[in-house]
Amino acid sequence: MDDLLLRFIVGAPILTLLYIGLGLLYKGVDRKVHAQMQWRVGPPILQPFYDVRKLLTKQNLVPENSIKLIFHIAPILAFASPLLALLYIPFGNMEPLFEGYGDMIIVIYLLSAPPLALSIGGFSSGSPYATIGSQREVVAMIAYELPLAVTIATVAWLMGENVTGFSLATIAANPVWGLVGPIGIVGLILLLVVFLIVVPAEAAKVPFDIAEAETELAEGCLAEYSGRNLALFYMGDAVKTIALSALVVVIFFPYNLSPLLGVSGILAFTADAIFFILKILAFMLISITFVRTAFARIKVDQFSRLFMGIISTMSVIGLVLVWIGGI
Amino acid sequence: MSDEDRNRKKKEITFDDGKDNVRLAKNKNSYTIPVGPINVALHEPFRVYFEEDGEEIIDVDVKPGYCHVGMEKIATKRNPIQFLPISQRVCGICSHIHAYTFARAVESALDIDTPPRAQYIRAIIAELERIHSHLLWAGSAAHEIGFESLFYYIWKERENVVDILEYVTGNRVNYEINMIGGVRRDLTKDRIEKIRESLSYYADIKKEIELTIMEDKTVKMRTRNAGVLEKDEAARLGAVGPTARGSNLRKDIRHDQPYSAYSDFDYDMVMPNDIFGETHGDVYDRMAVRIKEIETSIELAKKFLDNLPKGDILAEEKMPSILNQIKSGEGEGIARTEAPRGEVIYYFETEEGDENTSTLKIKTPTYSNLMSLPPMFLGDQIADIPIVAASIDPCMTCMDRVVVVEGDQEKTYSKEELVDISKKETRRIKNG
Repeated sequence: MDDLLLRFIVGAPILTLLYIGLGLLYKGVDRKVHAQMQWRVGPPILQPFYDVRKLLTKQNLVPENSIKLIFHIAPILAFASPLLALLYIPFGNMEPLFEGYGDMIIVIYLLSAPPLALSIGGFSSGSPYATIGSQREVVAMIAYELPLAVTIATVAWLMGENVTGFSLATIAANPVWGLVGPIGIVGLILLLVVFLIVVPAEAAKVPFDIAEAETELAEGCLAEYSGRNLALFYMGDAVKTIALSALVVVIFFPYNLSPLLGVSGILAFTADAIFFILKILAFMLISITFVRTAFARIKVDQFSRLFMGIISTMSVIGLVLVWIGGI
Repeated sequence: MSDEDRNRKKKEITFDDGKDNVRLAKNKNSYTIPVGPINVALHEPFRVYFEEDGEEIIDVDVKPGYCHVGMEKIATKRNPIQFLPISQRVCGICSHIHAYTFARAVESALDIDTPPRAQYIRAIIAELERIHSHLLWAGSAAHEIGFESLFYYIWKERENVVDILEYVTGNRVNYEINMIGGVRRDLTKDRIEKIRESLSYYADIKKEIELTIMEDKTVKMRTRNAGVLEKDEAARLGAVGPTARGSNLRKDIRHDQPYSAYSDFDYDMVMPNDIFGETHGDVYDRMAVRIKEIETSIELAKKFLDNLPKGDILAEEKMPSILNQIKSGEGEGIARTEAPRGEVIYYFETEEGDENTSTLKIKTPTYSNLMSLPPMFLGDQIADIPIVAASIDPCMTCMDRVVVVEGDQEKTYSKEELVDISKKETRRIKNG
C-alpha cells in the first residue's frame, strides 16, 4: 500500500515534470541542431520554454462554429496520453512506475491518442484548413499503425511463452538481440529501420508532417488553436517525441551503463538515468532532426504508398526473419 | 449624377454569382477552400478559390487585385527622370528590368541614341539580376514543398551575386543604375574584375546547385507531373518567360526580338526538350528551365564583358538638357524586355510642351502568366497548390492593374465586361 502511494503521489508528479522539461529541452536541442545544419544561428536552446510561457499568457480564442467541449478536451488528451505512456517505460535501471500485463499494448494505444486528439480537435474547430489536416492525420495513422503494430507484436512474441511478454520491464531486462540467431538479427535490424521511419511519421515531422503542412494548410489541425490549448499541444508534441524515442530505446537498446562501470546504489541510478537520456537524444537526432533536415515534405498519396507498401512489407519480412532466426 | 442614376449604373456593371463573386463548378461531394489573400503559401496577396473533391481540385477561380499601387497614374504626375527611380519599385525583385525597359521606351519615344557601352552595362546588370532572381525563386520553391534546408542553401549561394550587384551599382535591391540615355555608373576595371569573380564562382557551383535541386528524390516526387500546362494551352493563354518555355513554347524576347546588347550575339533559349529530350510541361520542367538559365546568364554576361565597347555611358550628361528634350519632344515608344519572369512591355507617350509623361502602360509577365494557373491546378491535389502557384513565379505588386472602386465595393473587371462597358460608354457619348 505504501509502495503504491509512493509511486502515485511522489513518483508520478516528479517523473511527469521531468519528462515535460526533458521534452521541451530536447525540442530546443532539435531546433538548434536543425538550424546549425542550415547555416543558421538558430534560437536559444531554452526557446521552447519561452514559447510555452508566452503561449500560456495568451488569450485562448475559440472559434464560434466550433464544438466547444471537444475543442477543449483534445489538447488535454494530446498532452496527457504520451505522459501517461512514459510512466510505463522504465527510466534507466528503474522499474517502470506502472506495470502489469500488456503494458506495451497500453503504450501503443496511448501513443495513438495524440494524433487522434489532434484530428478530432481539428474536426471540431470548424475551419476548412483544420478539417483537411484532420483528414490527412487519419489517413496517415491508418498507414503507419500496421508496421508499428507488427514490430511490437514481433518483439512481444520474442519474449517467449512468458505471460508478461508485453511488459516493457521484461523487454528491457532481456535485450532482443540476444534472443535470436544471425538471421533473426537481420530481421530485427529491418524492424529497427521500420521504427526509424515510423517515428518521424508518428511525431508528424517533415517529411511526414502532411497533417500540419505549414505552406499548404497553415498548420492544419492546429490552425484555430491558440493560447493555453496550443501550449498543451506544443508540450504534448515535445513529450510524444520523447515517448516514441524512449520506446525504441527500451526495445532495441535497453543496455545500462552501471554493470560496465561496476557501480551500484544511487551512483548506478544516476549513471543509468543520464545514459538513458542520452540514448533518447541520440535516437531523436537520428530519426527526427537529421531526417527533417534532409528531405522535402511528401504528399498524402505518396505517404500512404510508402507506408502501406514498402514499410509494411519491410516489417512483415522482419517478422518472418525473426521467426526463422528464433527457431 | 443623381442617386437613381448611380444606382442604375451600379446595377449595370455588377454581377453577383454568390459570395465574393466566385464562379465555381460544384458537385455534391465538393467543398470550397479559399486561399488568400493572406496565406502562408503566398508571398503576395491574391486570392484563389478551390473547389475540392477530397484532395482533388475540380475547379479554380483566381481573384487578383489586392495590391494595386497605381504606378501608371503616378507616372503621369512626374517627368520621366523623376519616374525612373519609382519604376524600379514596380517590382521588388527584378527592379533593374523595369527601369531598363522604361528608359528604353523613353529613349525610343524621343529618339535618344544610347551609347553602346551603356547598353552593354545594362544587359550585364540584367543578366546578374536574372541569376539572383532565379536563385531566389528556387529557394522559395524549396520552402513551398517544405524543404527548409534547400531554401537556406540556395539563399546562401544567392548572397554572392547580390553583393556583387551592390558593389557594382551601389545598391542591393533597387540598383538605380539606369538613366534616360544611358547609365549612371561606369564599369571600372575592379568592378569588371569583381563581376568576373562572381561569374566564375557561379560557374563552379552551378553543377552542385543543379545536382542538389534536380536530382533530389523528394523534390522530384513533389514537382514531377504537378501543375501540367500543355503547349497549346500555354500558347492560347499567352504565357511568357520560363512558364511558356517550360511547356516547350519557344518564347524569349532576348531571342525573338533582340534588344541592345543582345542583338550582337546569338542566344539560344533553354528548353526542357534540350535538357531531358521530352517535355512534361510540369513544375519540374519550369524549374529545370530556370536552373539552366542561370548557366546561360553566366555565359551571356561573360560575352558582354569580353566585348564591352569603349566610350561614353550617357547620351547627355546634363540633366536640364535631357529635361528640355523631353519637354520639347513628342512621340510614343514601346520597349519589350525579357525579365526573369518573362516579357515586360512599357508603352510611353509624351506630348509637346509638357515634361510630364502623358501615358504610361506597363505589362508585367505575371499578368500574362496568371491565367495559366487554372489549367495547372485542375486535377492536382491540395498539397500541390503552393508549389504550382509559385511555379509561375508570381509577382502581384507588378501585376495588379484594373481595379475600380465604387463606394465601398471593389471589383476587378474581366475582358468581356470591359468591352461591354466601353461599348455602352461609346453609345452614350454618340447619343449625347
